[in-house]
Amino acid sequence: MAGRTGAAGRWDGLCSRDPGRRQAALDGVRQAVLSLSERLGGGGPPAPSPGCSSPADGLNEYLVRLLVLSRRCPFSDVRDKCGAILQVVQEMGVRIPRPLAEGPSEFIPEKEYLDSFLKTQHYLMHVDGPLPYCYRHYIAIMAAAQHQCSYLVNLHVNDFLQVGGDPKWLAGLDSAPLKLQTLSEVNKILAHRPWLITKDHIEKLLKAEEHGWSLAELIHVVVLLTHYHSLASFTFGCGINPELRCDGGHSFQLPSVGNCYLFAITNGNNAVEERLNVQVGSEQGTETTCEVEALMEKMKRLQECRDEEETSQEEMATRFEREKTESFFVAPSENEKSIDTREISRHFEDPSYGYKDFCRHGEQYVPTFRAQDYTWEDHGYSLVNRLYPDVGQLLDEKFQKAYNLTYNTMAMHKDVDTSMLRRAIWNYIHCMFGIKYDDYDYGEINHLLDRNFKVYIKTVVCSPAKTTKRMYDSFWRQFKHSEKIHVNLLLMEARMQAELLYALTAITRYLT
Amino acid sequence: MARMPTALGGSAVSAKTMSCSLDAPANAISVCRDGTQVAVAGRNIFKIYGIEEEQLTERANLRVGRKPSLNFSCADVAWHQMDENLLATAATNGAVVTWNLGRPSRNKQDQLFMEHKRTVNKVCFHPAELYILLSGSQDGSMKCFDLRRKESICTFSGQSESVRDVHFSARDFFTFAATFENGNVQLWDMRRPDRCERMFTAHNGPVFSCDWHPDDRGCLVTGGRDKMVKVWDLTGYKARESHCVQTIASVAHVLWRPDRKYHIATCSMMVDHNIYVWDVRRPYVPFAMFEEHKDVTTGIAWRHAHDPHFLLSGSKDSTLYQHFFKDAQRPASRAIPEGLSVGLFGDVAFAVKESLCSAEGSRKSYGPDRRYPFFFIRRQDPAEQFTNVSSALSVFESQPGAASMDWFAQTARRYGLSGGPLPELCDRNAAVARQLKRYQVAQIWTMLKIIYAGACAAGTVGSVGQGSGKAGHPLSSFTLKDGTAALGSEAKLDRGRLENRQDSLPLDSTITLLQTNEDNEETEGSDAPADYLFGDGEGDEDDLFIVDHENAPEEHEFILPQEGFPLRHEILDHPTTLDHFQDKTDSPHISGNEADSVSLTPTEGISLVSVSQPPFEHGFSTDYFNPIVRDMMCFYAEQGDVQMAISVLIVLGDRIRKEIDEQTQVRPNKIRMSFPRFLVNVLTGCRGALVHVLHRPPTAIPTLERGQRGDQTEHVPIHQLPEPGLYHPARQLQQLQAANEYPRLDVREVSTGSEQVCCVPPRGEGLVRLVSGMHSWRTPPARHGLVPIPHPLPDRMRTPL
Repeated sequence: MAGRTGAAGRWDGLCSRDPGRRQAALDGVRQAVLSLSERLGGGGPPAPSPGCSSPADGLNEYLVRLLVLSRRCPFSDVRDKCGAILQVVQEMGVRIPRPLAEGPSEFIPEKEYLDSFLKTQHYLMHVDGPLPYCYRHYIAIMAAAQHQCSYLVNLHVNDFLQVGGDPKWLAGLDSAPLKLQTLSEVNKILAHRPWLITKDHIEKLLKAEEHGWSLAELIHVVVLLTHYHSLASFTFGCGINPELRCDGGHSFQLPSVGNCYLFAITNGNNAVEERLNVQVGSEQGTETTCEVEALMEKMKRLQECRDEEETSQEEMATRFEREKTESFFVAPSENEKSIDTREISRHFEDPSYGYKDFCRHGEQYVPTFRAQDYTWEDHGYSLVNRLYPDVGQLLDEKFQKAYNLTYNTMAMHKDVDTSMLRRAIWNYIHCMFGIKYDDYDYGEINHLLDRNFKVYIKTVVCSPAKTTKRMYDSFWRQFKHSEKIHVNLLLMEARMQAELLYALTAITRYLT
Repeated sequence: MARMPTALGGSAVSAKTMSCSLDAPANAISVCRDGTQVAVAGRNIFKIYGIEEEQLTERANLRVGRKPSLNFSCADVAWHQMDENLLATAATNGAVVTWNLGRPSRNKQDQLFMEHKRTVNKVCFHPAELYILLSGSQDGSMKCFDLRRKESICTFSGQSESVRDVHFSARDFFTFAATFENGNVQLWDMRRPDRCERMFTAHNGPVFSCDWHPDDRGCLVTGGRDKMVKVWDLTGYKARESHCVQTIASVAHVLWRPDRKYHIATCSMMVDHNIYVWDVRRPYVPFAMFEEHKDVTTGIAWRHAHDPHFLLSGSKDSTLYQHFFKDAQRPASRAIPEGLSVGLFGDVAFAVKESLCSAEGSRKSYGPDRRYPFFFIRRQDPAEQFTNVSSALSVFESQPGAASMDWFAQTARRYGLSGGPLPELCDRNAAVARQLKRYQVAQIWTMLKIIYAGACAAGTVGSVGQGSGKAGHPLSSFTLKDGTAALGSEAKLDRGRLENRQDSLPLDSTITLLQTNEDNEETEGSDAPADYLFGDGEGDEDDLFIVDHENAPEEHEFILPQEGFPLRHEILDHPTTLDHFQDKTDSPHISGNEADSVSLTPTEGISLVSVSQPPFEHGFSTDYFNPIVRDMMCFYAEQGDVQMAISVLIVLGDRIRKEIDEQTQVRPNKIRMSFPRFLVNVLTGCRGALVHVLHRPPTAIPTLERGQRGDQTEHVPIHQLPEPGLYHPARQLQQLQAANEYPRLDVREVSTGSEQVCCVPPRGEGLVRLVSGMHSWRTPPARHGLVPIPHPLPDRMRTPL
């Protein structure tokens, strides 16, 4: 215990404004690292072996921290010095970690897109609310684990411990308090088949004797679950890299061809596949240059004939059903990639319970959800804001921002009204969840969203862990990364709203 | 049912609340001109019902044809007020449909306008023009239709978000109002489709509904998602908000009541199923309410434009109701007039009906004192339907410096947490606490030393409790200035203390076991008219100890060298002094219990104080005390004094650490909650007061919510509190409550009679008093005959007891 606090104290000095103190702290760290390295004799490669506490482990911890600091520390002197220490250690013959990727995302060289919902995120996780902090992070872990999103799981395991969560809970859902265990079913349903949630589920959670949740807590839970499900979608959709300090973010192995394979698996991303795809991509390159023009042409045509063409009621109804049914067939093939789920699967019960399309089986059929009967703006907002004030407002702003966000550009074209396209994407996602807008012509979706794009949307929204770089690359090839990120934001928010709508409807039914 | 003349043709009709069930949820209703029929429209329903003497009967089903068409999925319906055959519906797919009941065929559909791109939220006929129809749509536009033509005659583009409501002015021929999802209200002149005449922001978030006053020109009421109902005076150059009512849920519909200048009917979008009729001059209590519906009310309409007695309503619960006004609930008549206000410096003013404070005969009556300027009788205004009530005002003033957190900073500065042997640290901290007059804390440190540092204990502790009789803990110091809600008697006071000790200080109760053993329930359930809890355990305990010291003639006998629990020692070793002890508590209840307890002592009394040497020599290891110490730390953390808990944790270090599991972890955000604690305690002492604050919902109280949905326990006029800044006590109190509400609350009736007492444990320790029928309704001060009290309160206003 004392050793730990001592070590922590050593790092604390690095935060000081006083360069002298930083220097002193750095010297302390340097000495500690060097002495540890020497003790190890410099020869043995410190193989990371979780669980057993060897000096090698202690050293590795130091080294990883140093690596992070050498890249991310706002103080340049700390960055340099940490780099230097690593250098020295390496010269002593100890293997040092190296980053596996630059920037937050493997796909996209951008850093600022996460900002749009930080406010909500902050409010949900760090501001006074119905749930204790460790519960919040644990629920976030549960939700992210449901989609095998190791990035978010790792992030929140850290935070969970930081706010004083019991490390024992992390051994698996069985070790968590019963109260949290009761959430597992709702978590599963919301993640994969939100339309199946009923007021009975809600009642079960609220009435579970001493393990029962209060209404306010439940709203918080539901918002957290849906938030993290869709965040997982976003994470996979953009191919977010693991944080530098987490497993999978760094490697003690030397760079070699074989290694790529390893991290492709642990990361859930497909570096190898990417290499194989290079040729395929270049072949298709030429024929897609006019993709954007074609899309814009279609939008223009739709805009014009919208006013003239009179579609029959039946036709409109079947168009929705067709999209809904079709959305099943664009599912990605099952075995596109394998994911190492050992670590994260313990947080949820049934890994086999995945997204199921409700058109597939007769018994799964759920009547279409009429968007106009229960809208977020009118009903959802009112309910959430009543039980968990301010969150309704924050979510409302977030949804609106995501929905209305536009740079008025499409690839190389400027000043384009993209509202039609955005609405098509939004409604397509809701359509996949069975939510139907009476005032929308679902024929538009068919015109505007091509198959590749649908596959991508479908994968990201329904089974995000299966997203690959190939999928990301194969839709909207001319579009800028920022535009694709924008799509991902839309996907995330639309998905969250869809899940929320189902959950809130169930709660409303329970209340009436 | 009474028969009474109404405006319906001047004849007497039966007056009755009645209902009929529809096949499907209704989205909107509209009444025909003569008040004999009502149209009900929804996603799967469009029917005409006749309003007869005894019942509502189905007259016609306008949904014909085999295939359900989205054109008939109605969001709104309007019945023309000049032509009883003419109706219009707004469809969710963007269609505007008109219906002619005079058509000979089964299909009464007249015209179909497919012009809107999105859902049409509202249709409205011109009140004086037969062929003019206006629609407002989600696509942000309003369209004006001339029914003699095939398409709209003009389109008004709001240039902002979706249109939620459109309404022709009752007085100005060309004017209509439109409300928007972004909170704006626009006024348009029909002849100027290029731009609106006026625009102002009425609400935060969507404005769901508006209605022009039938008589007052330029008077518009709006209702929004922000739970507000606002009345606007549009006659001036700028729109002026003349009245504002805050309801408890998003307002879906607003409707002026015929022939009642200040009355508005409202229903809400979610959660709350009732229909309220408000008098805007009294914005806190609904004038009347109808509680019949089991699901959200989606449409309301007065039966006749000049009859204020009948209200029709349709609901998601698939019923249609005619409400007779005489049958309405009148919450105001049930309410106990009382008011609470928190002053800028933490003073609390509390007014309650005079008769109520004198009702409790057992204690001194503190009637109004006419010498004081804050009481006078207001002259009755015959135009108002309010009963005048005379109230007594109590002012609770915070002691100067009571709210100061000085001790906190001092403690932080002077405590020793490391860098010395345990006994030394304990001594030092005890001394610091003593100097800050926190005697209980000082005792704790001393005891910790004895427990954990054993041998070193002897002879180092000075006598304890030689301080003044004043409660030492600043948090609890709050003087009660007027006895309106004061303690009943010494006995009650004592009991309150005992109870509180039991509740809140496990450590203490283990030691003192007996005094409080089990008497808790009994006292609480007892029939005493007032169970006042003076919530703050710390101060009271200090108080108690100190009182003991001072009052006990044989003080010197009680004091052991090591510690200050003379009483225990006394009881154990000298049972004869029981009498002395009993003398102190007037209540026979208590003394009885005490006697029992004392008799138990020898078997169970492992009293710290009964030993003159370190306990472990008697076979107790420090492990034995660990749970007690842990409980003590929890107690302090719960009390908001995280500092104490953490200090103990640090000083004891590994000695106690294994006892600290996730249950005992202290949430850091509690720290800033220590400040408003005194408020809670004082408020719990005066009737009804806390209810306001407690039920201020961030998180609704689950039990209450389910049990008393109709009672609007949460209806709190927040804006009546002085604008709470972040550090304002009122604000902190609210946060405290919010944070304390997540454990399930236990609401039980404690005393009988006209009052209910709600106990709100687990975190928000204290007693909440709910006077039955009051349910936290709050009447505005004007009805009380109170004048605002300037802040800070002048000393002369202390009411003599």
